[in-house]
Amino acid sequence: MPRLALLYDRIRWEEKELYRKAKEKGIELKLVDAKSKVADPYVGEEAIRRLYGDLVLQRCISHMRGLHYTAYLESMGLRVINSFKVQNLCGNKALTSLFLIKKGIPTPRTLLAFSQEAAGDAVERIGYPAVIKPVIGSWGRMVLALKDREVAQAILEMRGSMQGPFDSIFYIQEFVKRPPRDIRAIVVGDEVVSCIYRYAPSKDWRTNVARGGRAEVCPIDDGLEDLVLRVADELGGGVLGVDLMEGESGLLVHEVNSTVEFRGAASVSGRDIAGAILEYALKEAKR
Amino acid sequence: MDAECPECGAKFTLPEDVVQGEIVTCPDCGVDLEVVGVKGGKVELKVAEAVGEDWGE
Repeated sequence: MPRLALLYDRIRWEEKELYRKAKEKGIELKLVDAKSKVADPYVGEEAIRRLYGDLVLQRCISHMRGLHYTAYLESMGLRVINSFKVQNLCGNKALTSLFLIKKGIPTPRTLLAFSQEAAGDAVERIGYPAVIKPVIGSWGRMVLALKDREVAQAILEMRGSMQGPFDSIFYIQEFVKRPPRDIRAIVVGDEVVSCIYRYAPSKDWRTNVARGGRAEVCPIDDGLEDLVLRVADELGGGVLGVDLMEGESGLLVHEVNSTVEFRGAASVSGRDIAGAILEYALKEAKR
Repeated sequence: MDAECPECGAKFTLPEDVVQGEIVTCPDCGVDLEVVGVKGGKVELKVAEAVGEDWGE
């Protein structure tokens, strides 16, 4: 049986569940703390296999850490789920949106700007209300609604004064008219294993479960399944969390998560998502 | 499992199925602690990393 490694920097419920399920199924899954290792490109293949097995599940909570570690592992000839290409596209909302638009996948209208001044122009072009999001980050953090010009000016000014390397990339999106919920579909390989509605908590417009949103089972109809699998296939496959909104003219894909959290989905759908991920990883390791 | 907070020195117990890499909170001072090792019924802890801007799923 192939040997698997789980690369982590913090064990969340999901990583613990993967570890527990692997034990239960008799699958060798080695926990590797990304923070404690030196990524040495000069060691031989044997040392690499001893340390990481045949395939690595990359589950770091820090996008940059996981991405760069994956670059190292792939350069050493190891398979990683998800691949560097997928992680890179999903971990940066600007790259995700450009990719979705290029592939003709329905997605909210999005503009990019690279200065505070140009961001103001982008907001005017989108119209009010608009949404501004950091290109890197999750859980709805710093996702803000720009209700009118006054609010937009204040928020853009605040963003303009921030010094992080990604703070000068302004990601401006239309505020999609939708029910107070969105859809999270979890894809493992070529199967949608679970799909949930995420309802916004009462005092927030964002639907992230991390913000206190409530989850409910979402039926997977053909249209939804086709769209989600198309997104996964175009991106390069793997284990993905595809987020969709129910816009006035149909489903819109607004985000894809590469180290998807599935606690909420597993608890409401009853599906063994960790088990499905492990089986998929074993199958991929044998290819 | 016996544990000791490296920040405030409080002694407390953790469940048997605790896994290396998990985050626990010190019941006394409230600091987030990372489990760095589990050996012979004793858990080794260090103060966990602060949330980074690039953290997420």
